[in-house]
Amino acid sequence: MSNQSESIGGAQAAPPSAADSGIAVRAHGIWKVFGRNPERVLEPKYRDLPKKELQRRTGCVVALRDVNLEVKAGELFVLMGLSGSGKSTMIRTLLRLVEPTSGTLHVDGKDVGAMSHKELLEFRRNLVSMVFQSYGLLPHYTVLENAAYGLRLRGDEKGEREARAIEALKMVGLAGWESYYPTSLSGGMQQRVGLARALAKNPDILLMDEPFSGLDPLIRRQMQDELVDIQEDIGKTIIFVTHDLPEALKLGDRIAIMRDGQVIQVAEPEEILSNPFDEYVRAFTRDASPARVFTASTVMEEPEMLLYRWQGPLTARTEMEHNKREWSFVVDRKRVYLGVATRDVIERLAKEKRTTVEKDDLQYLEPVKPDVIIEDLFGLVSSGSYPLPVTDDQGRLLGVVRPRAILNALSTEEDDA
Amino acid sequence: MRDFPDWIRFPVADRVDHAMRWVLNNLGWFFDWVGDVGLGILISVERALLFVPWWVAVIGVGVLAWRVMGSKRSGIAMAVLLFMVGAFGYWTHAMNTLSVVIVAVAFSITLGIPLGILMAWNNTVRNLLTPILDAMQTMPSFVYLIPALMLFGLGRVPATFATVIYAIPPVIRLTNVGIREVPSAVIEASTAFGAGRWNLLFDVQLPLARPSIMVGVNQTTMMALAMVVIGSMIGNRGLGMEVLLAINRVNIGQGFEAGISIVFLAIIIDRVTTAFAKAKKVEASTGEDTETEEIEEEAEEEGSPKASA
Ligand SMILES: Nc1ncnc2c1ncn2[C@@H]1O[C@H](COP(=O)(O)OP(=O)(O)OP(=O)(O)O)[C@@H](O)[C@H]1O
Ligand SMILES: [Mg+2]
Repeated sequence: MSNQSESIGGAQAAPPSAADSGIAVRAHGIWKVFGRNPERVLEPKYRDLPKKELQRRTGCVVALRDVNLEVKAGELFVLMGLSGSGKSTMIRTLLRLVEPTSGTLHVDGKDVGAMSHKELLEFRRNLVSMVFQSYGLLPHYTVLENAAYGLRLRGDEKGEREARAIEALKMVGLAGWESYYPTSLSGGMQQRVGLARALAKNPDILLMDEPFSGLDPLIRRQMQDELVDIQEDIGKTIIFVTHDLPEALKLGDRIAIMRDGQVIQVAEPEEILSNPFDEYVRAFTRDASPARVFTASTVMEEPEMLLYRWQGPLTARTEMEHNKREWSFVVDRKRVYLGVATRDVIERLAKEKRTTVEKDDLQYLEPVKPDVIIEDLFGLVSSGSYPLPVTDDQGRLLGVVRPRAILNALSTEEDDA
Repeated sequence: MRDFPDWIRFPVADRVDHAMRWVLNNLGWFFDWVGDVGLGILISVERALLFVPWWVAVIGVGVLAWRVMGSKRSGIAMAVLLFMVGAFGYWTHAMNTLSVVIVAVAFSITLGIPLGILMAWNNTVRNLLTPILDAMQTMPSFVYLIPALMLFGLGRVPATFATVIYAIPPVIRLTNVGIREVPSAVIEASTAFGAGRWNLLFDVQLPLARPSIMVGVNQTTMMALAMVVIGSMIGNRGLGMEVLLAINRVNIGQGFEAGISIVFLAIIIDRVTTAFAKAKKVEASTGEDTETEEIEEEAEEEGSPKASA
C-alpha cells in the first residue's frame, strides 16, 4: 500500500484512529486496480470513470473502488454481490494476499498496510484465518496434518498442535478421520477440514470466501447451520463472502452489498429487504418474500427410503415392509432418478417373477430442479400424494420436498421479519 | 553468383578457440583440481561397485525391482538381465560405466533441482535458461566432448563432465514445470496461514512437484547412460569402449554383446526408476473426488435422516 496515494484515496474523511475498541476490521478508502501502472487510475481524470470505460481507455481493471467498511468484533459480516463485484479481492486484501493500490486497512487495531514482511507473516499466523472456496488443502498431508498446518507454521509444539487440531476436527464433525488423506474425502468433508484448519488457530477473525458454494445443497445447509452454531459458541468475528441471497440473509448480522468494486449498501438483513438502497439492491432482493427467495434446495430433505433399480421386487417388498411404506422413489447406480414404485407394482412384479425393476414399471413423477423457488412448488406439492423429487442437471436425485418443509420455511421467516 | 560470397566471413571458430585457450591458461589449476577430485570420486564409486560380489548385486537388483515394481516376475526379469551382462563377460566394464552414470546423475540432480527451483521462482531466470536448455538438448551430443577434452584431457573425468552437461536439462526443466504446476489455490491457502517462501518450497512445492521431478530424474539417468557410451570416444573405458573396439575390428559378435549389455543396463535402470516415480505419484496425487458418491458418503458418515427413517 502506498502512502502517497492514500491522500487521494481517503480525501473525503480523516483517516481513522488505529485502535477503536469493538471494531475488528476497518477498511478506509481501499482501491485495487489490476493492470499496468495501476496508480494512474487514481488520478482525477480517470478515477470517476465507470469500470468498462476505464478498462477500454487504460487497460486496467478496477476491482475495488474506494471501499469503506467497519466490521464489529464478534459480528458475522456478509459481503454479497454478483460475480466480479470484487468480493474476493476485498477479503484477500485483508491478509494482503492482494496488495491494495491505495487506502488503509486496520485489522484488530493494527495497520496491515504498514507491516513489514516479517510482521505480515506473524499477523497471518496468529490473528486471522481464512477458508477458501476451493479448500486449498495439502493433498500429501493427512486430515490431521492439514488441520494442524497453521499451528505448525506458527511454531506450536507437535503434541499441542495435534491436540488442538483434533479438537477443531471434532468441532466440525470429523472426529475419526484424522489419518485419512483429503482426496479420500467428499467435497463437504474437505471443506470441513478447511474450516478445522482455520478454527484450530483459534483466530480472532475468520475470513470465508464462498466456502460453501461448491457443495451439494443439503450439505451446504448443514454446514451453514454448523457455522451458526460455532459462531454462537465461540463468538468470532466472521467475514463471509457469498453471492447467494438466502445464505446472506440466514447468516449475516449485517450485509454489505458490492457492485463493480463499490460497497453500495451496508445494513441488517431486514433493512436490506425492506429498504433497498437502489435498483441494484432491489433487483437482488425484489423477490425476497420467502416464497421467492427460498428454493427447492433450501427446503429439500433426504428421502425416507430409496430403492435401487437393480434390487429385485422381492428385496424391494421386504424393504418396504421393513420400513412400513407403501411406495418409494427408485434410482439407478448413479442415483439418477427413475420414478416411483408403489407396493402394488412391486407385488405384481414379484408375482411375474421379474428380477429387476424397470423404468416402464414405474410411475414417473416430474422432478424439479434445485433452484426452483418455492412459490412455484406450491401447486406441484399440493396436487400429488408424494413429495417432489429434486434432481440436478444429470438427473440425480438430490432430495425431496415435502409440503411441511415448505410451510416451515415460510412460517419461520415470517416470524423473524 | 549462387555461391555464398567468399568475402563475407565471421570467424567465430577463432574466437571460441581463443576463449578456450584463455580459460586453460588462467584457470587451468582449477580444472586440474576439479579433475583430481572428480577422478577420486569416480574411482571410489567404481571400487565400491566392484567390491560387491556379483551374486549379491544380481539378487539385490532382483529384490529391489520386485519391491518397487510390485511383481515377482519383474524382479526376476531384472535380475536375469543383470546376470546376462556378467555372462557376456562384461561385469567389470558394466560397473565402470555404471560408476560414471551414478556420479553424473548425482551431480546433475544436486545442480539441476536448485536450478529448476530458481527457474520456477523467477521469470527472468526462466527466460534466460530456457533457450540455453533448448540449445543443450538440440546440440549433437559429441560436441560436448570437445570442451570436456580440452579442460580435463582424456579419461573418465571429461566423460563424466560431458555426460552432466548432456543429461542435466530434463531434471531442471521438470523441476520447474512441477513447481509451476502446483495449484495456485494450495499456494494461496498456505500463504494465508503465514507460510513464507521456504515453508512453501519444502511443505508444498517440492512435495507436490515430486512426481514431475522423478520423471526428470528418470530421463536424466537414461540420457546419462546414452552419453557414457559416447564418452568412450575420449577415453572412458567401460561398455562404450568395448562397442567402439568391436566397430574398429568389425567384430559383429562382440559389438552385439557389448551393445546388448548397455541395453540391459538401460532397461533395468529405466524400469526401476520409472516404477519408483510412479509409486510416489500415487501417494502425492491430487485426484478429484467423484461427485457421484458425495451424497451417499455424507449420509453414511453423518447417520443422517435416511438411516433413521
Ligand atoms: N489477478 C487478477 N488480475 C486481473 N484482474 C483481476 C484479478 N483478480 C480479480 N480481477 C478482476 O477484479 C474484479 C473483481 O474480481 P473478484 O474475484 O474480486 O470478484 P468476486 O466478487 O469475488 O466474483 P466471484 O463471485 O466470481 O468470485 C473482476 O473484474 C476480476 O476480473
Ligand atoms: Mg470470488
